[in-house]
Formats: sequence, structure tokens, C-alpha cells
Amino acid sequence: MLEQVMSSLAPLRPSRRGLILGSAAVGGAWLIGFHPGSARAQKAAAALTPYIRIGADNSVTIASAHMDMGQGIYHGLATLVNEELRADWAQITVEGGAGNVKAFGNLAWGGAIQGTGGSTGMSSSFDRYRKAGAAARTMLIAAAAETWGVTAADIRIENGIIRHGDKQSGFGPMAARAALLPVPTKVALREAKDWIYIGKERAVLGKIDSPAKSTGKQDFTIDVKLTGLLSAVMIHPPLFGATVASFDAAKARTMPGVIDVVQVPRGIAVVADSMWRALQARAAVTVTWDESKAEKRSTKALIATYKTISKGPGRVRATNIGNVDAALATSAKVLEATFEFPYLAHAALEPLNAVARITDGRVEVWGGHQMPDIYQAIAAQVAGVTPDRVTMHVMKTGGGFGRRAVLDGDVIQEAVAVSKALGGRPVRVQWDRENDMRGGRYRPAYVHHLKAGLDANGNVTAWHNHIVGQSIMAGTPFSSDVSGNGMDATSVEGSDKLPYAFPNMSVDLTTTQVGVPVLWWRAVGSTHTAYAVEAFIDELAEAAGKDPVQFRLAMMKDSPRHERVLRLVAEKAGWGQPLPAGRFRGVALAESFKSVVAQIAEVSLLNGQPKVHRVICAVDCGIAVNPDNIRAQIEGGIGFGLGAVLKSQITLDGGKVVEGNFDGYEVLRLEEMPQVEVHIVPSTASPTGVGEPGVPPIGPAVANAFYQASKRRVRILPFNRPENA
Amino acid sequence: MIRFTLNGRPQDVTVEADTPLLWTLRDSLGLTGTKFGCGQALCGACTVWIDGQPARSCQTPISDVAGKMVTTIEGISGREADAVQKAWVVLDVPQCGYCQSGQIMAAIALLQANKKPSDADIDAALSGNICRCATYQRIRAGVHHAAQSLA
Repeated sequence: MLEQVMSSLAPLRPSRRGLILGSAAVGGAWLIGFHPGSARAQKAAAALTPYIRIGADNSVTIASAHMDMGQGIYHGLATLVNEELRADWAQITVEGGAGNVKAFGNLAWGGAIQGTGGSTGMSSSFDRYRKAGAAARTMLIAAAAETWGVTAADIRIENGIIRHGDKQSGFGPMAARAALLPVPTKVALREAKDWIYIGKERAVLGKIDSPAKSTGKQDFTIDVKLTGLLSAVMIHPPLFGATVASFDAAKARTMPGVIDVVQVPRGIAVVADSMWRALQARAAVTVTWDESKAEKRSTKALIATYKTISKGPGRVRATNIGNVDAALATSAKVLEATFEFPYLAHAALEPLNAVARITDGRVEVWGGHQMPDIYQAIAAQVAGVTPDRVTMHVMKTGGGFGRRAVLDGDVIQEAVAVSKALGGRPVRVQWDRENDMRGGRYRPAYVHHLKAGLDANGNVTAWHNHIVGQSIMAGTPFSSDVSGNGMDATSVEGSDKLPYAFPNMSVDLTTTQVGVPVLWWRAVGSTHTAYAVEAFIDELAEAAGKDPVQFRLAMMKDSPRHERVLRLVAEKAGWGQPLPAGRFRGVALAESFKSVVAQIAEVSLLNGQPKVHRVICAVDCGIAVNPDNIRAQIEGGIGFGLGAVLKSQITLDGGKVVEGNFDGYEVLRLEEMPQVEVHIVPSTASPTGVGEPGVPPIGPAVANAFYQASKRRVRILPFNRPENA
Repeated sequence: MIRFTLNGRPQDVTVEADTPLLWTLRDSLGLTGTKFGCGQALCGACTVWIDGQPARSCQTPISDVAGKMVTTIEGISGREADAVQKAWVVLDVPQCGYCQSGQIMAAIALLQANKKPSDADIDAALSGNICRCATYQRIRAGVHHAAQSLA
């Protein structure tokens, strides 16, 4: 289905140059971009660019090109718009935009599709949302100039008031006139020295959705309310690749509240008038599965195979500098280490869901749409309509971490298929925790085998890394494997280009074929590559008899940005200065999503495991648009990554996923959260990623500190595996 | 029919007796501030108060609350509630926000019982509430901030 969908999207692909603010289709784009049923879609509202609508009540509604899963992009885009527009902060709300790829296409991906991911929100939208704010300001001022018969140059806007001498107006009265004016194609943006919002602290602009999220008023997909909305729960195959052979729902159909039991491509949906009744009826359905093509291997067997492969030659080479074998042959010392990484579930707290309704051939789908154009095309195919008959309502989601960017729109397919089977009735497909945990789309399991040499002075002579595991990108439209040789950039990112100047270096990849669906998981390849690289660097530093920070710095002559970040974190952490008895430090650094992050963890031992007390972090992410949100994302990334390396793993037993809920799949809890201190490197460079880059360094920083405490190297994740005891 | 007190008002509801309080609140009574996370009392997203004590509504059959007082995020008020919700906004605690109803219900209950909780007290009271965004540092700071504002 995906190939068909992508080819149907191809004509939509605009050139980057085509992405301009001014467009004859502004009005239409607006109508498509905003929820037609939105309470804020007032008739009197006027569109000033596809991104900003001004209501007669002075409200400013911003259409976001990016879905907000907690990373704070709605707040970020509001900051950008208002830096130029200068509305009163209380006037502003942000909604999910969709259905207008010219306006909302992700520019960091070339603009061809709208999407959220790869920590690209700010880099994609830094210019266009400021331009939109400036265009809206220019149009409001021009309208006021016409209305008052004065010169536009003498009009100012501050805190939502348009002012000229003793004349003043809110935005609302000028909005309709402003909307009739052409959108300026060239606008002057304010200079950084004049910014009053960008780069400013929380006291200036409290996060736009904190009040709703502190009162239970924030609606997610699980909270969508529609007249006659039904609840559907899913039965999915017990093995990946199994299909429904037959099912018996006779008993379930007689149970109270049950509307129907429907077969959809990947399983059975049980539909009732309430969630509990649907769950009760589901227990009464029996399914016979065809497991002939199912994946039946265990993770134990898979990892054993990967380990064997990792010690041989790789299938494709990502990096090849100098001659590693020759250099190793003459090295004073050669070190080798094998690292094992488990499958990981995203386990966002809002289990996967989508709401669909089909009315008179028009399809609506509510969900945490990370790829709304793709899902629109998928929904259209499932419903049997053209994509222009499908409206995507982009909801905020209760966490995401990559899971809602699945390219076949799994839960969206289910919701539309079920609604279609019920004659278009509105239905919410709500996965329970077990559906979500056992539904695949995991961070792939990987094995890394590393080998490196040191000369007599403790300098690295050669570095080799062979990575073995599944490809996330293979077979998707995002595949960078143009030559078809099996190279997946996301498998090796964070290992193929390092800030360390190794004279000889090779990085190999062997992609494995396993029937477990895999996906990007917050920080993607760097979730495993950074661990292997930075933990192994620590082993080399020790073998060289050198301080881990100095050892790295000595190899960073060609990486001044990385060097600056590492020096900053070392200074802030008091690296080299004594710690209280029983506490130990470890350092790690990683570049991901064009940002550089270094962390120093302080740990002690607690029941043989690391207790992480404090993490000091330095980050260079270009211009810091919302410094406190950056700190929040780094804090959260550290907690998310720490829970994973300490405790999380998905295991397969005969192909079946063992973990089903938070008792088996353990995640970080409050008492395990370290005190995190984030230091942001001042920068005038364009913004880079923030949502993901906090994750990669925490694992190796803790592993390196744990080694200092215990003299044990943890090379099999998570930490609490019995092999590490 | 089950009769109980919901957010200070008498409430009748007719559902199967084994229906969890969570789904009764969400599907029958339209109160969706209380969230579904795990269905097994493992994550705390569904935390409400029953007779003033934090409880996991996903594992509480509606029949168990007959005659009792149920309070949800929509029904909280008073000094501790105001202090906690204000602290959550001042410190921008929420990221995705999905767990925060449960976190806030647990935090207010803690402060009602303990005016000046230590870090260990906070750990004990909130360790059952998972936040996948890991806003834990700010949750902890938010409880302390609220406690200070109540002092």
C-alpha cells in the first residue's frame, strides 16, 4: 500500500523554491489547513498567510506544520510568529495544520511532505513562521493605514494594539481589510538584537499549553468527542506476520453494547458503545491464526546470530579511511568489545489510537498525525475515495517518541477500515497497553563489534566498528539507499562520522532480515551507536592511561564545535575535582540531528546497579529559541534514555513478545530521575534539533561512570540483565 | 444503578457493575481529564481520589464506589490544588501532558497529608505515576514550589 500511496503523492512534491508565503490559494489553503469544525474557526476570521488567522475577537490562531507530542513545537512556532507580529500573548492559540503541503511541507526534508520527526521542527520552520508573523504585521499595518488615512511607516504594533498617534485598534477590526491585501512576498525580519521573545526565559512567555495541561483540559485523540462515537478494540496476531485464518464472534455479538466485530487487514476489531463493553466482548472472540509466514525466532537466537556476524566482514562499508588492518597489525595494543542492544518499545503513555468518520463520502481522521499527507492518502485508499475527500485533524498526542511516524499509518488504516465497515459511523480504535507494547515498530536490536588499536604513546591508530541489525528505512520512501546495496544511514548514524580524528577508520553494516517491524525511536541510530562509540572510547582512554576528557579533546582538533561543548560540560561539572566518597563520574558526547550534546553523569552503586545522582549537560543547538523548553527537552531526553539503558527491553520468545505492560517493560520512575543541569552554548547559527539529542549521551555517560564505581563494563543492555551482575 | 458523589455532586450511573470507574467517567459521564495508560494500575495516569485518597480508577469497579466520594481533575479545588496547579504552570512542568492529571491528583493528596514533603516523601507518593516524557525533575520541583507557597 505504501508504494501506491507515495506514487500518488509524487505530483504534490513542490520544489523548495515553491514554498512561499504569498499564494493565490491562500484562502483555500486556509480552509483546508484548519479544522472546519474547530470552535475557533469563526466566520469572521481572516486569513493572513496560510499560517495565521485573526478573529474578529482579536484572537490569533496559528496553524502548526508540526504535530506536538510534548516537544513544545506549538510554543516554539508561537514564539517565532509573535516575535514579528507582537500580539498579546494571551490572544494566541496554536492548532494542527494539514492538507496544504506548500505551506506545511517539512523544509528540512525538502518540503515534499508535511511531517514531524528527526528533531526538525525548528530548523524547518524558523524562517517561515517569522516571515508569516512579519507578513501579518505588515498587512494589519497597511489596513490600519488605509482605514485611518495615515502613513504605514508611522504605525506601530505592541501587545496586540495597532497604534498611530492617538488612534488605536485591536487586530480584529482591521483583520478583514488586511486579509484582502496581497500577502507581501518580501518582508523584513527583526534583527536578533531586537528580539524580545526568541531566546528569552520562561518569565517572558510561559509555555502556551501549560495551563490546559495542568487542569485536565488538554484534549488528545482519546478525548475526541463526536455524536454517536463508538469504541473499537483490537485483536492483533500473536506473532509478527501471522494472519487471521478464521474467527468466531458469535458470543461476542450477543453481548451488551456490541455493535459489530470486524475483520481488518491486520486483525479483528471489536466495536461497542463503550470501551469497557468492547474489551469485555473482545475476550469472548476466538481467532485462529495462520502462522505459516510468521516470525518465530527468539531474541536470544537472533542476538547470538548477530554476534557471530559482527565478528566477520560487514556487508557494506559506511566509512573507509586509511587501512585499518595494517594499522592494527602494528599497534602496541589492540582492544575489542561487543555490545548488544535490545529491541525497545516507544511506550508513549497514550496508547495508539485514531478516530475516523465517513459522512457522504467525506472522510475525517483524528489522530497524532506525524505524516498527515501520507495518512491522508492511506485513509483515502482504505475508504475508496480521492485524497481531497479526506480531512486530517492533527491532535496533540500523549507522547510519541517516533511511534506516530509509522509510514503505513497502522492505526489510521484500522480506524478508517472499521468506520467504513460500519457505514461510516464515527469510531475510535483504541489500542490497549498490550496492543501497543506488543505491536512492534520497535527500535531494532543491534550488535556492534568494535576493534581499535593504540600506539606506544596511547594514541588511537585505527578504529573499526561493525554494526549488525535490521534496517528501519529499507522499503520506505525515506530510504537513502539509492544504490540498493543495503546501506541504511539510520543504522550507522552517530558512528560513521565521529568528531575524533582517527588516522584509520572503517565502519561496516550488515543489515539483517527479521520479521519484526521496526521504526525510529527517539534519537534513532544514535540510541545505540553513541553508546558503543562512547563506551569504547572510554575503554581506550583507560588502556592508554589517559583522562577520558583529555583523551577525547586531543582527537578533536578538527571539530571545534564538539570541543567547545566538551570543554563546557567538563568545566560546569568540575571534572577532575574530588567528589563525595562513593560517587563517580563518566562523560560522553554525541552529535545527533545537527546538535552536539555532552553529558557528565555522577553515579554511585546501589544494589549492584548505578544510582544516577546528577547529570551535567552542555548543548549546542544553534540559536536557542525557547531556552527553557530546550532544558526541558534535554531533561526529558536524559530521563527517557536513562530508563531505557537501565531497565527497558522487548524480548521475543518463539516470536512472541514477552513484555505486555509496564510490569514487564520497565521505564524510568520518579525516584530514579537524576538532578539535571543543562548549559546551552550561545550561538548565532540556525536552530538545530532539540527533541532527540538529549537521549544518546546518557547511556554511555552512565556506563563510563558505572565502570569507575564498579570496574565492570556494561556491554549488554539493559543494565539490569543478569549477564551484567 | 450506582449512586455516588462525583466532584461534590450526587451522581447516578447505570453501567455493568464491573465497569471500571475510569471508563465510567470517560465514556458515560464525559469526564475525560482522567487518562487511560495501562489498565493494570501500573502507570498512575488514571489517578482520582476516592474518599480523598488517591486511587487507580482503571482497577476500581464502579460498584466499589457506591456511596463514596469520587474527585477527578475536573473537580479539584482548595489551597493545595491551587498551589499545585499554579506551580505546574509557573515551572512549565508538562511536556505532552498526558500523565499530568494523575501526577497532579497524587501531588495534591500528598500536600494535603504532608505540608512539607521531603524528596523521599515525594518519591514514595509519586513513584507509581509514570511520565514517559520524564518531567520528573519538574514534578519534584513543582511539589516543593507548591509546598513553599502554602507555608
